[in-house]
Amino acid sequence: MRAKASRSRRTLGAAREATGSPPPPRRSALKAHFRGAAFVPRGVPSAARLPVPRARGPQEGGTRQLPAAPPCGMCSLSLFPPSPPWDQVTLYEYNNELVTGDNYESPPPDFRGQWINLPVLHLTKDPLKTPGRLDHGTKTAFIHHRESIWKRCINAWRDMGVSGVLNEVANSEEEVFKWVKTASGWALALCRWGASLHGSLFPHLSLRSEDLIAEFAQVTNWSSCCLRVFAWHPHTNKFAVVLLDDSIRVYNANSTIVPSLKHRLQRNVAALAWKPLSASVLAVACQSCILIWTLDPNSLSTRPSSGCAQVLSHPGHSPVTSLAWSPNGGRLLSASPVDAAVLVWDISTETCVPLPWFRGGGVTYLLWSPDGSKVLATTPSAVFRVWEAQMWTCERWPTLSGRCQTGCWSPDGNRLLFTVLGEPLIYSLTFPEHSREGKGQVGGAKTATIVADLSETTIQTPNGEERLGGEAHSMVWDPSGERLAVLMKGNPRVRHGKPVILLFRTRNSPVFELLPCGIVQGEPGAWAQMITFHPSFNKGALLTVCWSTGRIAHIPLYFVNAQFPRFSPMLCRTQEPPAGGGGSTHVPLFTETASISSPWDPSSGTSWSHSPSSHLQ
Amino acid sequence: MGVWRRLSRPPPRFSSVAAAASRPFGKAPSPGCTERVGERVALRPPSPSQLSASLLRGQGLQVPSGTARRRRLQLPTGRSRGPRPRGGSSQAAPRAAPSTSGSSRGPASFERLWRAGNPAPAAAAAAAPAGTMASASAAAGAPAPPPPPPPSLPSLPGPGNARSPASLERDRLWRVLGWRIATSVVWSVLLLPVCTGAFVFFSSLDVLHPVQWVSDALHDLYGSCVLSSLLLLSALVIVISVFNIEFYTVVPSIPCSRLALIGKIVHPQQVMHSLVHSAMGMLMAWCAAVMTKDRYHVLAVPCTDADSLESKAARACLNEHHLFLLLAGAFMGYSYSLLYFVNNMNYLPFPIIQQYKFLRFRRALPLLLRHSAVESLYLLRNFCFLYYFLGYIPKAWVSTAMDLQKDEKQPPLDSLSGLFDLSLLYHVWLCGVFLLVTWYTTWVLFRIYATEAHAFPVQPMFTGDVEECLPRVLNDNTPLIIKYLALQDLMLLSQYSPSRRQEVFSLSQPGGHPHNWVAISRECLALLNDLTQRLVMYQEAAATNGRVKPPSSPVEPKKPIVMEEETAFQTPKASLMPKALMPSLVKASLFSPKFASPDTLNPVCSPYGDSVSNRAVGIVDIKSPRHEGPQSLQSPQLTRRGPRLWTSLTDPQSNGPRSPHASPPPIRREAQHKGRGPPWKLCLWLQNKQEQVKSFLAKRVLIVYFFSKHPEASIQAVFSDAQMHIWALEGLSHLVAASFTEDRFGVVQTTLPTILSTLLTLQEAVDKHFKLPHVSSRPPRISGSLVDTSYKTLRFALRASLKTAIYRITTTFGEHLNSLVGFK
Repeated sequence: MRAKASRSRRTLGAAREATGSPPPPRRSALKAHFRGAAFVPRGVPSAARLPVPRARGPQEGGTRQLPAAPPCGMCSLSLFPPSPPWDQVTLYEYNNELVTGDNYESPPPDFRGQWINLPVLHLTKDPLKTPGRLDHGTKTAFIHHRESIWKRCINAWRDMGVSGVLNEVANSEEEVFKWVKTASGWALALCRWGASLHGSLFPHLSLRSEDLIAEFAQVTNWSSCCLRVFAWHPHTNKFAVVLLDDSIRVYNANSTIVPSLKHRLQRNVAALAWKPLSASVLAVACQSCILIWTLDPNSLSTRPSSGCAQVLSHPGHSPVTSLAWSPNGGRLLSASPVDAAVLVWDISTETCVPLPWFRGGGVTYLLWSPDGSKVLATTPSAVFRVWEAQMWTCERWPTLSGRCQTGCWSPDGNRLLFTVLGEPLIYSLTFPEHSREGKGQVGGAKTATIVADLSETTIQTPNGEERLGGEAHSMVWDPSGERLAVLMKGNPRVRHGKPVILLFRTRNSPVFELLPCGIVQGEPGAWAQMITFHPSFNKGALLTVCWSTGRIAHIPLYFVNAQFPRFSPMLCRTQEPPAGGGGSTHVPLFTETASISSPWDPSSGTSWSHSPSSHLQ
Repeated sequence: MGVWRRLSRPPPRFSSVAAAASRPFGKAPSPGCTERVGERVALRPPSPSQLSASLLRGQGLQVPSGTARRRRLQLPTGRSRGPRPRGGSSQAAPRAAPSTSGSSRGPASFERLWRAGNPAPAAAAAAAPAGTMASASAAAGAPAPPPPPPPSLPSLPGPGNARSPASLERDRLWRVLGWRIATSVVWSVLLLPVCTGAFVFFSSLDVLHPVQWVSDALHDLYGSCVLSSLLLLSALVIVISVFNIEFYTVVPSIPCSRLALIGKIVHPQQVMHSLVHSAMGMLMAWCAAVMTKDRYHVLAVPCTDADSLESKAARACLNEHHLFLLLAGAFMGYSYSLLYFVNNMNYLPFPIIQQYKFLRFRRALPLLLRHSAVESLYLLRNFCFLYYFLGYIPKAWVSTAMDLQKDEKQPPLDSLSGLFDLSLLYHVWLCGVFLLVTWYTTWVLFRIYATEAHAFPVQPMFTGDVEECLPRVLNDNTPLIIKYLALQDLMLLSQYSPSRRQEVFSLSQPGGHPHNWVAISRECLALLNDLTQRLVMYQEAAATNGRVKPPSSPVEPKKPIVMEEETAFQTPKASLMPKALMPSLVKASLFSPKFASPDTLNPVCSPYGDSVSNRAVGIVDIKSPRHEGPQSLQSPQLTRRGPRLWTSLTDPQSNGPRSPHASPPPIRREAQHKGRGPPWKLCLWLQNKQEQVKSFLAKRVLIVYFFSKHPEASIQAVFSDAQMHIWALEGLSHLVAASFTEDRFGVVQTTLPTILSTLLTLQEAVDKHFKLPHVSSRPPRISGSLVDTSYKTLRFALRASLKTAIYRITTTFGEHLNSLVGFK
């Protein structure tokens, strides 16, 4: 309890200090002069108020404005503790400090008992096929036979529509009349011109779909890193990883069976999502469709047949790059950068409803707030929307300087943090509580405020000066709302272009606070590919980092969580660390039910499988 | 629209729950049974703690799996030992009785099955000559115990019981739906000028002279004929709306065989519908012809025959184009009506997400236009065929009736050259599109307005509003649409509205009873239990001979029992207590045919076995308890057995050497056979004949064609009203999950064990259902068209939401479920 009290005093002190301080200089000067985090809500005297314009032009009916000038009193990078020595890896956080070690396999003795029972995976690229692999189809086994022009036209119509037919006709030789060929050539040119006009409005439409996915992905290197996508199961110690060859592997902490999912249509996987309130339904965003895998957890098969997958497709909705399940498990949202409509799917009946769409050219990223009331939808152009998930109305936010790169919701769904491409800032947008009952209203604040400045700066380390900062690439908030991890974009002046993971300490109520916590470091030479938090880790938070070397590291951040009793490593020394990655079959250490009792009474946790009659005796 | 007759009320449960609550750990109620505690527990579905643990361990939700199932299968052998007081049997029998009189609004086969419930024993008694012991006991058993007065409902506070139900229903229907329907009609009338304008614009299409075309069209729009036909069209649209209102349904009727489909089409109501629609189609076409002018304007035109010198002006000729247009209109009207019923377009599908009405309409509009255009094209093609072959009949009839001459100069339209007239085809097609668009618009608007969410108050503001509040609406015999809307509102409030949830959890002001919660949860649970019964019955019907049929004899005796155990608001396994009190002899004879070793009684176990012997044995083994007196009524074990034998083929433990009674029973049954020889021979002979007739009929191709049931259709029919259950599940589970933090008085806790048992029982039944043969486990692809086919996939939605509901409760409560009283 002491640690908790002192920590809170410290953070409050920081806030007070920040609010009481004279207004700091503007952003350029902030590089040298930084203060602690303070975000103060409306009720606070004007010294702390953020000077944001309230311009709401009449032509921009429901749209909201971003602040033009960065306000004072926000978190910045100068307060960050120096990064650990280059050959050390971050292992866990304890007592407000990030503890490092030589490698991932050597936790310090105090933590052996509590070391999480999760496989630290190392998936290397070698056994995987490269994306440009040869397609071992049956095509080569057959003699080439040229079909008649009409047959080819019909095929092209089925595959590609009108433009395919025109292309086929224009490229045919001596099979159609000359004038038909010329006419289709003209029509094709007209089509292409029209498409290029469209493409000039939305430049991303002219990209290839692989580039499209890589451009808008939340991972730093989608196209060539061996780990493409990672997703935790919302309730259990189970996760799915997409490898470079688009196969999916599902790892479970309690079983040695690693199902590997492959499907004919499973190409260019850009997103994964486990269905909440379900044991085993996994949605996969593919090139041309959405695959819904139903994996029987009791099955011993390592290669589930493609009959376990449902295929959902909608014309014009490809490639699918983002998926979001509603937290109550009912509906699935899917989005594609080339389709302006977000689709709401009812998986069990395979029906979909396109949401009304406006401008923007497509939707790149969807994020459902944890309380299920709102959805963030970002577009490739400089606008993003926040949908309200009951009547499906939306608020539009034109972000002026660039598209919204990433975002994250607070656990109660009342605050949205987001970043804009090209700006080293984190914005915050609040959605006051009282708007919850109002039907069909998003009820966002009128302006977004800047809560952190990530611009490049130098920090003093024992080894000399070090540069830090840049734009954020992706941002995740842990489910208890106490830690925020930010994956920075690679910046050639910072650590030779390696993406850096910054960890912040946050607090959401009564006032929003953002305090630096540390820098998460991996093995030498490894780049962070993506970050995510475990959705149900109850001793604090568990940050999972996928490194470019193919390693998936789990970094537990132990802290006092308001919902769960205090974790102390002293109490559970008796338990030995599990022998292998996921081989142990005894009690899962942090299932919701077992965890609370296990640190004090290791035997009580093992009684889950016993006969229910013993309860009565 | 059928009336939802609810099942007979279960006995008051809250008292029993409260009684259980007063006992620590829910001890066995009868002292004689204390040593059986372990077994009884094993009978129940896996406890929620196991469930949550299995979820957290990453395992699936498989209720009849692993240890739980094995224990349940062991049960009968174990239970046949030990003392069994007789008290339980007399307790269970009367409870079984009222259920036969209750009827569920299920698919037709089940209704028949219900109705057949009472006469069956009587028929059996008649077949047996009096004198033998068996028939005597049958006579004693056949008159079912008189149905006791239905247990009084814990009625809600407030007046209203005395009002006549019919007027109340109409009143409520009108208050909820009246304004919406009126608004939808007004909107469709308001949209009519737009459609008409577009029609006039396109009908005077002239590509070569665009300026003239536009100016002509504008000029025509203000013409008197357009304005006057608008009046007629508005009247037509209102009539269409009236038909939509009269014929809508929230439960689609799914014909299970081709004969049923034909019967559906030739039903007098629908014949009337079709006739009126074809008349209206003709009127629409007449309006279209008047607005098109040109050569379609009137029926009689002066002859163009130059030869007929005598009184050229006086002679009137038939304008075949006009006639063609009118007939095409009538044909399209008729086809619309036909497709309306065949495609179940009178079914109101509720949207998967809530949206504003305008957005829904805008979303439907492009689909509507495309669908109408394509449909009109197909109808035009069909009509051309029809007219080519049969066109001379109406032509001759009209020309004789109106004394019109045939114009020799014009080519007749029932010839190839006459039909291949692009302008004519275009105009007829356009007229068809106009007709379909206006009618579909009316229909879409009605659908959107009728399925819009309606917020019922949870608690009445004033005493007069009691009838309108949600618990009352749910519990009363309301029209189905109101019930649907109420359940939808329940689902919405449980998800989105904390303040209304608070009202649900609140206590009544004087007295402090949770009336709202009790009423709501009771109704939801009754719905779910009803579905469970239906599924169990369906499975039994399927298990008797591998396909669904209205079972003539073997299944009837079971039904009351199923009803009893389900409406008793417990899981079947939890209600095993009275069965445990049966005398062991009855028990042995009862269960022996099913549980003897599979070798001796193979025909029983194999549903596809030799039909005659199978049937005979089936009758013996199920009828016999019937003849043993009223106490043998309670054989729920038997009912649980049927589908299990079918689905879980051989469980070594169930008929393994562990049962000490496995060998004697066949002998006993032999004895019984001998005791009542003649009636059984007669019965066998009858059965034999019946089978022969059946197999004779089954060989006639035509009969098979018409009578054969499509398995998919009959499954769809079982789940046709599953939308209600989905909402009940969602509403209930969200309320329970919210109660974890919001329920200040703990009103939900008292019902929680019941809710969990109900959900798990249903889960078991649904799981079993999906393992039946002929059941596809994947939803079919639905193309995004105007015609909604979502009712075909409701069972998948039900399965998904059921699992989600169970998981929602178990993840919310977590380990606290262990401390639930009465559910361990």
